[in-house]
Amino acid sequence: METLAGLHAAFIRAAREYPDSTAVVEPGEGSVTYRELANLSDRVRDRLHASGVRPGDRVGLYLHKSIDTVATIYGILKLGAAYVPVDPGAPSARNAYILDNCAVKLAVVERRFADRLRAELDAIGAAPALWLVDDPGGGHALRRALDHADADVAAPVAANATAAAEDLAYILYTSGSTGKPKGVMLSHENAISFVDWCSEVFAPQSRDRFSSHAPFHFDLSILDIHVPLKHGATLVLVNEDIGKDPVRLAPLIAEERITCWYSAPSILSLLAQFGNLTRHDYSALRLVLFAGEVFPVKHLRTLTTLLPRPKYFNLYGPTETNVCTFYEVPLPIPQERSVPFPIGKVCSHLLARVVEADGRDVPRGEEGELCIAGRGVMQGYWSLADQTARAFYQDGSGSSWYKTGDIVVEATDGNYTYLGRRDRMVKRRGYRVELGEIEAGLYRHASIKEAAVIAVPDEEAGVRIKAFLSCREAKHPSVIALKRFCSENLPLYMIPDQFTWCEALPKTSTDKVDYQRLKEMA
Amino acid sequence: MTDDIKTVIKDVILKEFLPGEDPSELTDTTPLITGGILDSIATLKLVMFIEERYGISLQAHEVDAEHLDTISQIAQLIRSKKS
Repeated sequence: METLAGLHAAFIRAAREYPDSTAVVEPGEGSVTYRELANLSDRVRDRLHASGVRPGDRVGLYLHKSIDTVATIYGILKLGAAYVPVDPGAPSARNAYILDNCAVKLAVVERRFADRLRAELDAIGAAPALWLVDDPGGGHALRRALDHADADVAAPVAANATAAAEDLAYILYTSGSTGKPKGVMLSHENAISFVDWCSEVFAPQSRDRFSSHAPFHFDLSILDIHVPLKHGATLVLVNEDIGKDPVRLAPLIAEERITCWYSAPSILSLLAQFGNLTRHDYSALRLVLFAGEVFPVKHLRTLTTLLPRPKYFNLYGPTETNVCTFYEVPLPIPQERSVPFPIGKVCSHLLARVVEADGRDVPRGEEGELCIAGRGVMQGYWSLADQTARAFYQDGSGSSWYKTGDIVVEATDGNYTYLGRRDRMVKRRGYRVELGEIEAGLYRHASIKEAAVIAVPDEEAGVRIKAFLSCREAKHPSVIALKRFCSENLPLYMIPDQFTWCEALPKTSTDKVDYQRLKEMA
Repeated sequence: MTDDIKTVIKDVILKEFLPGEDPSELTDTTPLITGGILDSIATLKLVMFIEERYGISLQAHEVDAEHLDTISQIAQLIRSKKS
């Protein structure tokens, strides 16, 4: 029997061991067994190979979450290429930029996005091959597209690739401070070391049913997809519409007998408040994992009171490392507690240290920047050598440490507590948002002379984003017009909550925007 | 009655989701969801307000841009539920 290495190898092994078990459920659309998913992903591998994709290439994914998308991911990995998922809800111009930036050889695209994407790609002089799939769901659209392609010339069987540790498995784009998203390059070793850590801590079983709540362009999806499908467990896809509606989501978690739930805290807060959780049976649920932003204790207490049985884990980590610290929330949560829980201790496949600006370790109990080394840490940002160099520092022994930008303090028990950022990045609905990217988006508006954006903490929403603007003309655009403009140029989670017009933005003595003054004005 | 409903909905949207906006900019046909004014959480809050205020219940499939994208559509939906 062939010995394979790579993120896909564990799925291939599981498909041999559990061929008739259900691999993926897409509520309302259908399900596939491990054998069916393996066969479908083999066909994708062969078709991509016949289309000229080779190991080491990048392949874009512009599809909503579906069985078709999961099969395509494994098809890409089996060929030894890296997948690059984009947000189907984001403006086409942003997605075209991403696909061009990492020079995908081919992109698998939902047909309804194709015309706008082609226009945007033309506008920037890019021409990757596009493979169009009609309305994905249940794996049916992908099968039809493959059948259609095979009807002309059947794709010859291509071998499953053995990936080297440093080969790229996927690239995830996150918000960039200069106004353009940046591609975080994750290798097979990065992904496998994380998946193996999850196996160690969460002990998945073939009878488990994992939720897939996060979109596939978000790093939470790595656990969702690759952990259950390593262990013969079932992955239950939660579509984008239901995923943000607590009234429909609450019964779905119960009916699908989810055993391991993973999402950003914002949807768990909504479930606790509006999900009518007492009406449903959650006896199957054994793990609730959350990551991506701070979970307000008030809502976490409500949730754990309504559902006291599962274990709750706070997972922390940027896309560059995936989860790097974890903390099991002790229950019950006392009424008097109001400060958020720690982000916890470092995961076993990684190393952590807390340093001052000059790179020296701070004594335990003092605040500093959390830095991470080890097998889970990214290789760098795609074609951004300077930003990659700035993201790391080398210690005396030559080891490379990723600087998270997060300020933490280590308690005597080894748990880290998150205190804040050292730059202008905030978390909103679990997404990283560089305030500079919003400003760059606003500057594209012809009437805007100056733009500055700040984030203000908010108990309900986590943070509220406020934009301060000055105008080139006497009459400034309406808030409605600005929101519409933003929705055409930025992902929805980056649209400011509030716009304030000024004659001119306040400046410091060195003529820079005075953000401190803006915070006082907010 | 429709005009009353429209006024109520308009006031709520201006107060909650468009602070600082000139009320005359928000018309019955301004796109709310597709225009980036109401995100998913804002839509949910508006639906909860509507259900409480008018004693009606919106079905899950009605909570989307097809049914709630303008003040006119919202008023029509409320009216059809109340009649």
